[in-house]
Parts: sequence; structure tokens; C-alpha cells
Amino acid sequence: MSKGRFGIHGGQYIPETLMNAVMELEEAYGHYKNDTAFNAELTELLNEYAGRPSRLYYAAHMTENLGGAKVYLKREDLNHTGAHKINNVLGQVLLAKKMGKTRVIAETGAGQHGVATATAAALMGMECEIFMGKEDTERQSLNVYRMRLLGAQVHAVTSGTATLKDAVSETMREWTNRISDTHYVLGSVMGPHPFPTIVRDFQAVISREIKEQILKKEGRLPDAVLACVGGGSNAIGSFYHFIEDKNVRLIGCEAAGRGADTAETAATITTGKLGIFHGMKSYFCQDEYGQIAPVYSISAGLDYPGVGPEHAYLYDTGRAEYVPVTDNEAVEAFEYLSRIEGVIPAIESAHAVAYAKKLIPTMKKDQIVVITISGRGDKDCAAIARYRGEDIHE
Amino acid sequence: MNKNIAKAFEKGKAFIPFITCGDPSLKVTEQLVYACEEAGADLVELGIPFSDPTAEGPVIQAANVRALSGGVTTDKIFDMVEEIRKNTQIPLVFMTYANVVFSYGTERFVSRAAQLGIDGLILPEVPLEEKDEFAQVCKTHGMDFISLIAPTSHERIAQIAREAEGFVYCVSSLGVTGMRSQITTDIGAMVELVKKEKKIPCAVGFGISTPEQARTMATKADGVIVGSAIMKLCETYREDCVEYVKAYVKEMKDAVKMM
Repeated sequence: MSKGRFGIHGGQYIPETLMNAVMELEEAYGHYKNDTAFNAELTELLNEYAGRPSRLYYAAHMTENLGGAKVYLKREDLNHTGAHKINNVLGQVLLAKKMGKTRVIAETGAGQHGVATATAAALMGMECEIFMGKEDTERQSLNVYRMRLLGAQVHAVTSGTATLKDAVSETMREWTNRISDTHYVLGSVMGPHPFPTIVRDFQAVISREIKEQILKKEGRLPDAVLACVGGGSNAIGSFYHFIEDKNVRLIGCEAAGRGADTAETAATITTGKLGIFHGMKSYFCQDEYGQIAPVYSISAGLDYPGVGPEHAYLYDTGRAEYVPVTDNEAVEAFEYLSRIEGVIPAIESAHAVAYAKKLIPTMKKDQIVVITISGRGDKDCAAIARYRGEDIHE
Repeated sequence: MNKNIAKAFEKGKAFIPFITCGDPSLKVTEQLVYACEEAGADLVELGIPFSDPTAEGPVIQAANVRALSGGVTTDKIFDMVEEIRKNTQIPLVFMTYANVVFSYGTERFVSRAAQLGIDGLILPEVPLEEKDEFAQVCKTHGMDFISLIAPTSHERIAQIAREAEGFVYCVSSLGVTGMRSQITTDIGAMVELVKKEKKIPCAVGFGISTPEQARTMATKADGVIVGSAIMKLCETYREDCVEYVKAYVKEMKDAVKMM
């Protein structure tokens, strides 16, 4: 059995052309993750540049309104560039620089990972190219401009469904084309080993902080941690330091699109089956012949037919639960959190808020729930307005 | 080793065309196999289309999309192979992606393919580290699981070669499949590293389209694989592509034969 397995999931299903590149990455990461100077430099960047630690905010109005458990919001939306993506990107781009790479490439769905990568590349003086599905460049045109402003070249990907999965495929193709000076900054806990581990480690700062903050505020661990799941990086980051704390429920909220019982869904764990794609064995939405399904969600960042291998494993072992949330529920939660707490969440994060709205009233008042707000929703305002029938454009 | 694949390399330098099954139709694919054999092809790679072929360039990607939108499925391709095997024993290998095989059930896929007379299997995103789950099943059913080496493989070549079956697929260039004006990799050196470990045929693919390129590659290896140039003809001439492909394969086979 190959390296990088989470139960039966994970592995390194990639062309031979890329094998030495991922082995070189694994070796470099193995070295730098324990390197004091590297970690000091990364912590400095996370704190002074990205604005960590992010706040754990007690949502008093939401708590009162829902009438169940106490609600805390982990405010990853307050990070520089507006989402959790920067945690991973600063780590990977710094690592790439140490490896002597001069160019970074990345896929992006909603554009948050692309913006974060372009930002880190600008900061560290690297050349940067971003691959984004053509449909997403239209859904998220402001983020396209932002990336270009930061000095990145943005490629609109027209193959396949012209969304996130095609952006990943195209970035992989580009990496096989130019390897020696280029690092692929994968944006989620997916792809071939060592990416799911590297990205998880860089995102694990979220749960490390939640744990410290909640112990300080409440003197005890939360009863549940909720996060949205596409590839699953903010979710694994939110879960990681609680995995051994068996009394903490870990709940991943998947994008069900128009409903997990319809074809227009991206709820991978709810509807997918075991497969091999994009470098990993995991669960994927696919047809009976293994053709990858053209998934759908209102959220460009969750519009992906697979899920990271560690989530697949946490699901198999029953350690984490995964629930589907529809477009409609997410949009309602987007509006709800904006009005009740004055926090406009990313439409991705709104999926976690939506499930929290159902769960919290069933819990007791002395229980505690943490919801990770993985990003801010400014980028989504025009699209949500259009969803509600208002014709506004960015 | 599968005897039929060995045969492909017994009559001098081999020419290996690649065809995406079902573009423009499975009826035409079947005719293309016969035409390739008549034109001198030594082995045919049959591509089972996949929705997201990450190792392919634009030409074969487009062929995959056309084939799938035409309703091609793995089962329909198996039926076509059954027809083909009534008429020819030319060596045939499947080229597809891991999920096509895995989702069908690796054992079920390989046993059916072997029973129909498929001689080998190429999965471009299954490297040495992951090959056991497929290669073991292939071995049980007398099919060769074909290994690839790339310009970036370097010290990995020795171990890949030691475990290789059938032939070694030498990837000529960085990047994905597709026609290239120049190939800069030292193919001769790659082949030499393979041969030092194991006496096994080496066929070069990725980027080759002209008789001159084929001839040059044939001086360094045992065979030449061409895909995109053929699928470009299928794209251009659709139902009428058979004669064009036949003429092209003959020209290419003549070019490698002279070596």
C-alpha cells in the first residue's frame, strides 16, 4: 500500500511525470515542519500579516434567537483576504520558496484560494498563475480582478463543466508541463499525498485556536463543531484538534444544491461512492461507469464532486457526521446571520450556519456549538441578490 | 508476459496507434481497428473515454467529450471488442483512467476484458506506488499492466523497469498528450536505463505526429505510439475518417519500418 492513506482513502494516483515532484515536496515538508526557523517565520506571517489568531465570537443574538446551545463563531472571515485559505497558502508558498521554486500555480473555485495564492505570491515575490473555471470567473468576477490586481495571471478554464473540478484538472496538467521551478499550491485537503496532510496541518491552526479560546471563555470543550465541506480544508482545520476528544461532535455540512435527491447537487458523502480521481481514493459523485458527475451548488467553493480522503475516513469510522444543506437553506442562513449578528458569511460558510439553525434548538442551553465562518460574504452579495430576483451587478 | 503483446515487437520497430473508442461512433472505431491493422499497425491502444482525462491534451480531451456525449459506455466498448475479436487477433490494450476500471470493479473489469481478448491495460495516473491493486488482478487474468516512465523519472526508472510487463511506455515530454513541434528529452538515455534492468520493449509516446519524428524515435526505441494526430483526423473527417487514418498509419508505419 502506498503512502498517505487515511484508512483505505488517499494515496498518490498521479502521472509518473509528477511523482518525483510530490516526493520532493514530501521530503521538503518533512524537513521544514519541524524546523524552528521555518515555523517562526510562518507564525510571524500568520499573526502580523494575516491577522491571526482569528476571533472566537460569542453570538449572543443567535443564541437567544435559537433558544438552544450557546453559539460561538470562529471568525476566519476576518483573516487577511477574507477567508481561511490564507492559512494554507502562506505555509505552502513559504515552503515553495524554501524549496527554491520561483513560480506558483493554483486552482480556484469561488476565487478565495486564488486571491490568497496571488496575495502570498505578491508578498513573497513569486510568479503566479491561477486556473479558474470559466463559469466561476463569471460568478466571481470581482475576485478575478482582485487576482489580476495582485499580479497573477488568471486562466479561464473551458474544459468539462468549466467549474472547480476542471480548474483542478487544468492546474494538474499545467504542473506536468512545468515542474522544476513551479509549486502547485493545492487549495484543499485533497489531491495526491502529501497534499491532504500538508493542507490539514496548515489549517489545523483553526482548531488549535478554538480549543484554547473556548477553554479560556467557557472552561470546557464545545459539544459540537460545525463547518462547511467542499474539498474540506476549513472543516478538517476546525475538526483536527478535537478528533481525539470523542465527546465533541464534528459535523461537516455539504452543498446539496437543489437537493441531495436531485442531480443538481454536490453532496459528495451523502450521494457519492468510492472512487479514484484527482490523485486520491475517496468518495466522488459519479455515474455507474465511473464518469465524474457534473455537480452543482450555488456556492462555487463547494461545487466539487469529491471530498478530501481524511473526511472520507472520518465518515467511515463514524467520528464525523456529514449532512446535506440546500442552496435555499444556505441563502436563508446567509441573510439570517447578516441580520442577526451583523456578520455577512461566505455562501460556503452559510451552509454550516444553516445546519446550525436546525441543530441548535434541539440542544440544551448549557451546551456549546462552534460554527466556523470560513470566509466573508462580500464576494457573494451580487449573486445572492440575483438569486432573490434583484438584478444587481458588481 | 502476454504473448500477443510480445508479438507486436517481434517484426521490427512497432507502430502503435491510439483510438478513443466511440469517436465518432463505436461502429467507426471498429472499422478503424481493421484499417490500422491493414495499414501495418502492430498493436492498437483503445481509449475508454473518461469525463476528466487529466493526462490528455486538448485533442484527446475533445474526443473523450464527443464519445461520452454520443452515449459510449464501458459495456458498449466491451461489446465492440467482442465483434473485433471475431475478425482479428491484432494485439489490443485498453488505455483509460483508474476510476473507469475501479468503479466497474477491478476484478470484474479485468476478467471481462481478458476474456474478450484484451492483452494489456494502461492507466496513466497509476504510478509504481499504486499499481499493485490493478497489476495483480491483470496478472491473474493474463493481461499485462503497462508501466510508464517520464522525463522526470530519473532514478525511478530502474525499479519501474524491473516490475514492468509487456512493454514500457516512455513518455517523450513533460506535459500532457498532444502534437509537439520538438521533442527535447534524451529518449535514448531513458530506454538504455530500462534495458539495463530488463529485456523489455520500449515504446515512445506523447507529442509524436510526423513521419520524421516517428523515424527519429524508432532509432532510439522499439516502438512509436501516436494518439492526438489520429484523433485529429477523426475530429476533422468524422464518419469518413477511416481512409484518412489508414493512409496516415501506413505512412507512419513505413517511416518506423525503415529503421
